[in-house]
Amino acid sequence: MKRKIIWGALALLLTIIASTLIWLVLANRNPDHKQPSVPPKNPVKQIKQGEYLARVGNCMSCHTARGGEQYAGGRAVPTPFGNIYTSNLTPDAETGIGKWTNSDFWQAMHNGKSKDGSLLYPAFPYTNYTKVTRADSDAVFAYLHTLPAVSKKNIAPELRFPYDNRALLYVWRALYFRPGQYTNDDKQSVEWNRGAYLAQGLGHCSACHSPRDSFGGTNLKAELGGGMIPVLNWYAPPLNGDKKNGLGNWEAAHLAAFLKTGVAPSRSVSGPMAEVVAGSLQHMSDADINALSGYLKSLPQQIAVQTAAAENIRPEDKKAMISAGAKLYENQCATCHQASGRGVPSIYPALAGSSAINTPIATNAIRMVLHGGYAPSTVGNPRPYGMPPFGQAMSDEEVAAVLTYVRNSWGNQGNAVSSNQVNQYRSRH
Amino acid sequence: MRTNRFTFARSALRSALIAGITIFFFGGKFASAEEARVPDTIAQRVAACVVCHGKEGRAGSDGYYPRIAGKPAGYLYNQLINFRDGKRTYPVMTSMLENMSDAYLREIAQYFSDQHPPYPAPQATQSNPAELERGRLLVHDGDKAKGIPACVACHSAKMTGTAPAIPGLIGLPRDYLLGQIGAWKIGTRKAATPDCMAHIVQKMDAADIRAVTAWLSEQRVPADASPAPALKIKLPMECGKLSP
Repeated sequence: MKRKIIWGALALLLTIIASTLIWLVLANRNPDHKQPSVPPKNPVKQIKQGEYLARVGNCMSCHTARGGEQYAGGRAVPTPFGNIYTSNLTPDAETGIGKWTNSDFWQAMHNGKSKDGSLLYPAFPYTNYTKVTRADSDAVFAYLHTLPAVSKKNIAPELRFPYDNRALLYVWRALYFRPGQYTNDDKQSVEWNRGAYLAQGLGHCSACHSPRDSFGGTNLKAELGGGMIPVLNWYAPPLNGDKKNGLGNWEAAHLAAFLKTGVAPSRSVSGPMAEVVAGSLQHMSDADINALSGYLKSLPQQIAVQTAAAENIRPEDKKAMISAGAKLYENQCATCHQASGRGVPSIYPALAGSSAINTPIATNAIRMVLHGGYAPSTVGNPRPYGMPPFGQAMSDEEVAAVLTYVRNSWGNQGNAVSSNQVNQYRSRH
Repeated sequence: MRTNRFTFARSALRSALIAGITIFFFGGKFASAEEARVPDTIAQRVAACVVCHGKEGRAGSDGYYPRIAGKPAGYLYNQLINFRDGKRTYPVMTSMLENMSDAYLREIAQYFSDQHPPYPAPQATQSNPAELERGRLLVHDGDKAKGIPACVACHSAKMTGTAPAIPGLIGLPRDYLLGQIGAWKIGTRKAATPDCMAHIVQKMDAADIRAVTAWLSEQRVPADASPAPALKIKLPMECGKLSP
């Protein structure tokens, strides 16, 4: 009897192991990985196209260390599991991609594997880049091979146990990676499909604008639904047509101006998105920017927006904060943002009716008051106006009061901000 | 120290912006349908800088926001680039400059270089005659035995700096001077290679640094504090990025 139980248990264990392995193999298949490369009719045009597409993908921003040589890698991408360093994309034979072919590059972009077959960490957003067509991938590769070669060795990732074991990525990929080039939605226009291709592929918007779980993966249904960017701790808002929390209330022309120049009549870009505008979006054609904005605005709300916990503050205390905040606003903020809260068009953004100010999670507003910042220099806005940091001059209570005032004035209906929340962002830049 | 910062910042803002507030208050009342406007000038664009660096860049109230007014434009430009690109480490400055183009940084540097507000009276230092004399000697003659060149060889006889990229070292709080020399000593501040200040600072010991900073911070800034014209003589050592 005992023997039967032991054999039975072993059989069960083997079945479980076998099915897990089968699942891993099946889930790691890549249907169009063998897409052949078609040599370009016009190699010069291909390189120019590749340069443009590299801008769309914002490759240089990540693959360049601060103050370092362009595309030579070495920038730390912070993740909850440790830092992962970007690689050298210059055509250096020893330390860069000099010995790579466009098939090696395709393997990285489309299947998240390096030239030697090792799995890449998805800090490199191949979960998005898998959608890029073979032709576009070849074009980017052709462009990278024209760059000056820089000798700079890649830095190994600094990941804590057990995340330093690349084999675990087979599981991660099975759970979160859905390989395959973008396929057109025939029910939609050519322009919509272009916008979708840009957003889902090289634009990799969902890499930041989605909620991530504890394994650093995104739920496919929740993509672009907004979320806190891990470690960087900025809030990336939802990208959809929702009128309250998404882009539904933006005029199409304003959204296009915001993406291309960094400013629009009542808005100004800040935080990690300013880097995206500066490094990528300002270089895109008007047609592509319009396609992108049209696509994003057409999306339905993906997930319910996270509401803040019920306000833990007595009404009379909130009134006192608003009253104190009003005085601070008058002295420190109104010169630029105006007593009406409407700001100065394309210079000082509006606070009245601003979805950026009224987010349930007040992170971005707190950061702006503490650390200030300038809109990026772009072709369309080369000499931007800016906001000073108030962290040195205002206490946590004062920042909390002025934000509570702003979030409850001119029709804004946001909850209060506490001094504890403000304190969390004091030394985080 | 914290109280001083609050008081100064608030009063500086109030006194500098009372007129602005009045105009915009009343402007807003009578022209509620119109959009507000601000001057399309570089001065308005750098309004965010003067909150810490003081009106026209004259200096903040404590040692950590130095005077930027009247500094050589090339020097200011190099510092803006260094903050943006990580050769100088101060997160507040880096996040302000992060996505600014080189051309815009040059314009900002030139604006502050052209400002000449008056200098405040020098601080009273807690020093002693022996230390001050050692400081004066180092500034004017250096220390041949230790291999320290005289400061005036590069920073000009009046220590008001040399165009286009060597800053003046008088009219600065001692705290700031100590902070910067200290940063060079431990390597958190770097200049373009060859980093001559790094070489010089390595040869200075703590007593030398105390002496030099004490003497410099006590000096009254002359009426004409403009930097000396561009160097025509050979510098005692090679320095990086001294030309625009």
